[in-house]
Amino acid sequence: MSNVPADLKYTKSHEWVRTLADGSVEIGITDHAQHALGDLVFVEVPEAGRAVKAGEPCAVVESVKAASEVYAPLAGEVAAGNAQLAKEPETVNAEPYGAGWLMRLKPAAGALAGAALLSAADYQKVLDAEGG
Amino acid sequence: MAFIPHTDADVAAMLATIGVGRIEDLFDEIPPHLTLGSLSGVPEELNEMQIGRLMSERARADGTMLSFIGAGAYEHHIPAAVWAIATRGEFYSAYTPYQAEASQGTLQLIYEFQTMIARLTAMEVSNASMYDGASATAEAALMAVRANRKSTSARILVPATLHPHYRRVAVTAACNQGLRFEELPFCTAEGITPPAALGKYAAEDITALVIPQPNFFGRLEDVDALTDWAHAHRALVIGVVNPIALALLKPPGEWGARGVDIAVGEGQPLGVPLSSGGPYFGFMASRLEHVRQMPGRIVGRTLDVAGREGFTLTLQAREQHIRRARATSNICTNQGLAVTAATIYLSLMGAQGLERTASAAHARTRELVSALTRVPGVRLAFTGPYFHEAVVLLDRPVASVLKALARGGILGGLDLSGYCPELGNALLVCATETKTCADIERYRAALSDALQAARAA
Repeated sequence: MSNVPADLKYTKSHEWVRTLADGSVEIGITDHAQHALGDLVFVEVPEAGRAVKAGEPCAVVESVKAASEVYAPLAGEVAAGNAQLAKEPETVNAEPYGAGWLMRLKPAAGALAGAALLSAADYQKVLDAEGG
Repeated sequence: MAFIPHTDADVAAMLATIGVGRIEDLFDEIPPHLTLGSLSGVPEELNEMQIGRLMSERARADGTMLSFIGAGAYEHHIPAAVWAIATRGEFYSAYTPYQAEASQGTLQLIYEFQTMIARLTAMEVSNASMYDGASATAEAALMAVRANRKSTSARILVPATLHPHYRRVAVTAACNQGLRFEELPFCTAEGITPPAALGKYAAEDITALVIPQPNFFGRLEDVDALTDWAHAHRALVIGVVNPIALALLKPPGEWGARGVDIAVGEGQPLGVPLSSGGPYFGFMASRLEHVRQMPGRIVGRTLDVAGREGFTLTLQAREQHIRRARATSNICTNQGLAVTAATIYLSLMGAQGLERTASAAHARTRELVSALTRVPGVRLAFTGPYFHEAVVLLDRPVASVLKALARGGILGGLDLSGYCPELGNALLVCATETKTCADIERYRAALSDALQAARAA
């Protein structure tokens, strides 16, 4: 059974979104995603200042058996990539919702309100439908 | 003999399963005007006896010429053992070693090849090889765009002293992927790229600078200054090098304060015969920090479950069989047999043998230049050091002189008038360790005669 914290928003492509106090958002991959990928050996995060569109591939997570794109859940400008992951990609496996965050984004005007994000309950339904 | 095992019934069953009428329908996204249609112009097949006879007749017609042409492909002595070993069945029929448990010999050989290329170039990591030197240069430009995350321009500075075929291949391979190649002029007195030519780009976003060493004219570029300029301006550096020359010259990993980011080149000089232009192979080495942006295969050394050393493909998640359209490259076929020969060649030559080969090639070229420039009407085009090629200027058009030389069994070099018309009657000549003093004297005398005849005409 995957861990799906109730206070986060989700995407069907298994990213999570946390709204921070300053209005920016933190983005990572879900516990289900890290488990499906297996042990991560490399994470490529975007450079600060890069503008991303909703649905645009903006990070790569690579495990011993696969490499996957991480898609921006909403449009905005990258405030920071998690530089720690270059040295310790396994942090994403250990703490997908904590120290394993991938990037922080300053949402474009209206992007957060307009993004089609899932609640924890709805994301759990996606996982149930996938047999997860 | 057909090499496709499927019967017509098999093919029909497969097409029915996926709901496609004809095999051609699988390719319907290719616009009709781009398809070849027929193979008219290709002659009927010949059997082995007929083709053997045809080829020996053609070989006789070509004769055995005394060649002073280099320009990217070089005649070197190849010890007989190289191809005797490379054509053993265990190496000769090997395919991509996906299945590590069945391919340890091939994998170990590629691992040794990578180690040798990494040491020759003084770089941290090498891949299992590329298609050839020109496509390796194109792939290096694409890799630089992926690796240089500080740059968004995809602008690559390419000196006019890079081999013109390499420039054309790079443009063809990468122009539709958004890369822009901008040509740096060369100094016509010295035949190299003056670092001052970079001045106008000082305030601009440049993704990478290509540096050939030796360059197309055989001349040695100011690689330290060019490398340091690029790094000071946040551009990556792609060194395009001759592997034999690396036995004498400073390796690209040590150019300037930091060394280059990517080193590529044509591997043909390492034990691969000229044979009408191929197959050759390219090599590519890189800093470790860029390894995930590197195209092609990489073999790694590891331990099996019993703790024994073994070899296997590594970092495959970058590759097309896993990452599909997002792979770092879709040119992954390494030139396995040519790489096998090169690895055997390098192991037979050793560091000292390679250095002797490079020194002899350089010495023969100096003798050649000295002999040819004693001929009235011949002078050296550029001042400054060269490796095993040089450009000479003639007082008569090059093409007719080369024709006269060829009638005497001598391939006198490459006519540069089509590539660099601004140089006038320029001829690029090369001598490797395979040329003797008598060969050089024969060329000198024939050139003298040819020029005299041209003046009299």
